[in-house]
Amino acid sequence: MSELVRQWQERVRAAAADGESLQLRGGGTKDFYGRRVSGTVLDTRAHRGVSAYEPTELVVSARAGTPLAELEQLLADRGQMLAFEPPHFGAAATVGGCVAAGLSGPRRLAAGPLRDYVLGVTVMDGRGEVLRFGGQVMKNVAGYDVSRLFAGSLGVFGILLEVSLKVLPVPFAERSLRFDCGESDAIRRLNDWGGQPLPLSASFWYGGVLTVRLSGAAAAVQAASAKLGGEPCDEAEAARFWLAVREQACAPLAQETAQPGGPTQPLWRIAVPSAAPALELTGRQCIEWGGGLRWLRTELPAQAVRERAHALGGHASLFAGGDRESEVFHPLPQASMAIHRRLKQAFDPAGVFNPGRLQDGL
Amino acid sequence: MQLREKADAGGVDKARLVEALTRVLPAGALMFEREALRPYECDGLTAFRQLPLVVALPTTEEEVAGVLKACHELGVPVVARGAGTGLSGGALPHPDGVLLSLARFTRILRLDPHARTAVVQPGVRNLAISEAAAPYDLYYAPDPSSQIACTIGGNVAENAGGVHCLKYGLTVHNVMRVRGLTIEGEAVEFGSEAPDAPGCDLLAVMIGSEGMLAVVTEVTVRLTPKPQFAQCVLAAFDDVVRAGEAVAAIIAAGIIPAGLEMMDQPATAAVEQFVHAGYPLDAKAILLCESDGTPEEVAEEIGRMRAVLAASGATDIRVSHDEAERLKFWAGRKAAFPAAGRLSPDYYCMDGTIPRKHVGPLLEAIQGMEQKYGLRCINVFHAGDGNMHPLILFDANQAGELERAEAFGAEILELCVALGGTVTGEHGVGIEKINQMCSQFSRAELEMFERVKAAFDPAGLLNPGKVIPTLNRCAEYGRLRVSGGRIPHPELPRF
Ligand SMILES: Cc1cc2nc3c(=O)[nH]c(=O)nc-3n(C[C@H](O)[C@H](O)[C@H](O)COP(=O)(O)OP(=O)(O)OC[C@H]3O[C@@H](n4cnc5c(N)ncnc54)[C@H](O)[C@@H]3O)c2cc1C
Repeated sequence: MSELVRQWQERVRAAAADGESLQLRGGGTKDFYGRRVSGTVLDTRAHRGVSAYEPTELVVSARAGTPLAELEQLLADRGQMLAFEPPHFGAAATVGGCVAAGLSGPRRLAAGPLRDYVLGVTVMDGRGEVLRFGGQVMKNVAGYDVSRLFAGSLGVFGILLEVSLKVLPVPFAERSLRFDCGESDAIRRLNDWGGQPLPLSASFWYGGVLTVRLSGAAAAVQAASAKLGGEPCDEAEAARFWLAVREQACAPLAQETAQPGGPTQPLWRIAVPSAAPALELTGRQCIEWGGGLRWLRTELPAQAVRERAHALGGHASLFAGGDRESEVFHPLPQASMAIHRRLKQAFDPAGVFNPGRLQDGL
Repeated sequence: MQLREKADAGGVDKARLVEALTRVLPAGALMFEREALRPYECDGLTAFRQLPLVVALPTTEEEVAGVLKACHELGVPVVARGAGTGLSGGALPHPDGVLLSLARFTRILRLDPHARTAVVQPGVRNLAISEAAAPYDLYYAPDPSSQIACTIGGNVAENAGGVHCLKYGLTVHNVMRVRGLTIEGEAVEFGSEAPDAPGCDLLAVMIGSEGMLAVVTEVTVRLTPKPQFAQCVLAAFDDVVRAGEAVAAIIAAGIIPAGLEMMDQPATAAVEQFVHAGYPLDAKAILLCESDGTPEEVAEEIGRMRAVLAASGATDIRVSHDEAERLKFWAGRKAAFPAAGRLSPDYYCMDGTIPRKHVGPLLEAIQGMEQKYGLRCINVFHAGDGNMHPLILFDANQAGELERAEAFGAEILELCVALGGTVTGEHGVGIEKINQMCSQFSRAELEMFERVKAAFDPAGLLNPGKVIPTLNRCAEYGRLRVSGGRIPHPELPRF
């Protein structure tokens, strides 16, 4: 155990004894996400560095404070990538923050979510115990899958010390295509295409334009592109475009204010079954992940947004802006909440870590 | 290993239990006569046998809830069972408990070809989902070799994989939602048909939880478009280590094959007798490397695979010319179990997973162990994932062979852990690998597993005694992962 981890252990034990809460923080790029929390900041950035990377194993292990950009550069140098294209939301983003936030980018359409790539974690629980779950191998059913439980947990269970992630080779070829089409048409097309063996790796609809990305073997991309038609995008421009989608730097995802520092409209992240019909809620909307993710900038009351999401078989979270003292994530049914509470109790009995960041009472 | 049959139920009043269950189950859904219980005494790991007190065969979720509530009230253990093909004794009955069979839950409730999802009951067979989806050119990707028999409920419980999961993922990557009942009989939804369900990822914890957390009553699976075309490369090697290196080289070249499987020489010889696929019998190891997709894509990828395999020292490379030949290449791989059954009255299948780079060295170590234990072992496995399936051949009727086979298996698993791997990739811990869990996890980690279980099942009645060893058991086994050379559990008695 490193000296730093030993210090954290003491810190955690002292906090648990004193009823103090700790706010776990990497680069702070995702401070906006989740409910507002208080507590002393425990900055993970000093615990950094890639501890193991063997491209032929398709696994990389990194300490939580490792800058995400540094990790991705290391992979890119070997022709590999984090297939879930995590958003950084700033140069300071860390690997630990990335996994704790559990956010995936455009490529989730084909690659699946971040949690699918979490192979193992080393964590510190609320008793200051250092625990390892999962490992560095692709298949592992020894014990419960606690590693994936930490993905997207927003730090409520413990400190991520180190994570092992599955990586994938960068596709041999990519091409993006653009189509003029309305919302319902886009949803229908994306689901039709999703049912065919096409190498679709990302989709984005906004303002009557649908953009899709194809990735894979050159021949596959070529054949799919010929089949789909549409207007091919310039390669460099397409790369910028998908980066902007991933980093929410394009409309309507980018924060736009009338004047600097002025109020921004809340941004809702509405997840629905991919073939669900149009939202029909007022506001500015865009669609990702083959129809499964609908972003909405709106002033509508939370209740209205949640009810509509629920009616479509999905759920809505207040991604950015709005009231961050109330619940920002979709409320959990009672039976599920009871399990969540007992899990919190199991990992963090004194309630030291990020209390309330995910849900009140966790 | 052998759990002796217990005539009387310790602490459980069988008459009261039967009475309570009769109230919640229709006629013909409850069995308690010894002969009727016999078919449930073991799963695919037949070395362990145990009769349950009763077998319940409900047909509705309400009946399952009734059974669970009754058991909860009476403090009776419940072991869920799908098809009973599990290889780790996960569905082994509890002597004082109810064996809850989900075998009558065989309906596909909804199949939406546009959204590519199917909602199925837990007793639906894995292959039945793909059959139902076939008219839409869709299928359910995880394909365990047992897919004609095993159920989706069992797949969820074991996080089952198959030969194609290197590219298409395991159960955890292909299941979107699970509905389950807690031991209190309360329904809980895990995951969602929409991406990224709210809250923490309880679905991930449910998958692979071996019936210890909740009883699965409904599953939504993702369906995948059927690849248009597939081709397979068969490559022979004159050295197992070199074959292992070829696996790494394929991955290093940026290729994720649809399947990447290895057979060692004894395995090849065994299956060849069985399927007559024309495998090169002089090779020390053969690799099966599959590409799927559009014909153009496959042609491009096969070209790349060929080049890498040739550069890795393959002594013979064959590419399937047509579908018949491709299936022939796979026939032997798929016939490994029956072939082992032909070679020997009994076999014991291990499931350790290791980093790919150690595949060759592990195979060599296993050869050494064959001498040490005086038993043969053949290897057919998911090389692309590093998931080994050594099949240890033995004859349970020969005194001491079963014990030697067990010790052999345990040594392989210990080595897998030492090489940075895990004791089980896809078959589960069950009762079989419970001792080796002591080597893989520390005391604090095992305690945390206990707490996770209690978060779902506070009464500890779902499949008790499986997966997580007690600390006493670890002390008895004499192993527990320790740091700093301390003796594990100094407070516990030594045996
Ligand atoms: C010849 C052969 C080949 C095999 N090949 C593979 C392979 O390629 N890949 C692979 O992964 N496995 C393989 N297996 C192992 C086995 O088929 C899988 O583990 C399968 O998932 C078990 O399904 P089942 O329905 O038979 O479950 P069972 O054996 O009945 O039960 C397995 C576990 O699941 C629990 N369970 C079952 N149903 C439920 C439910 N509804 N709710 C909660 N818990 C439940 C049980 O309690 C038990 O712990 C093979 C087995 C055999 C015999």
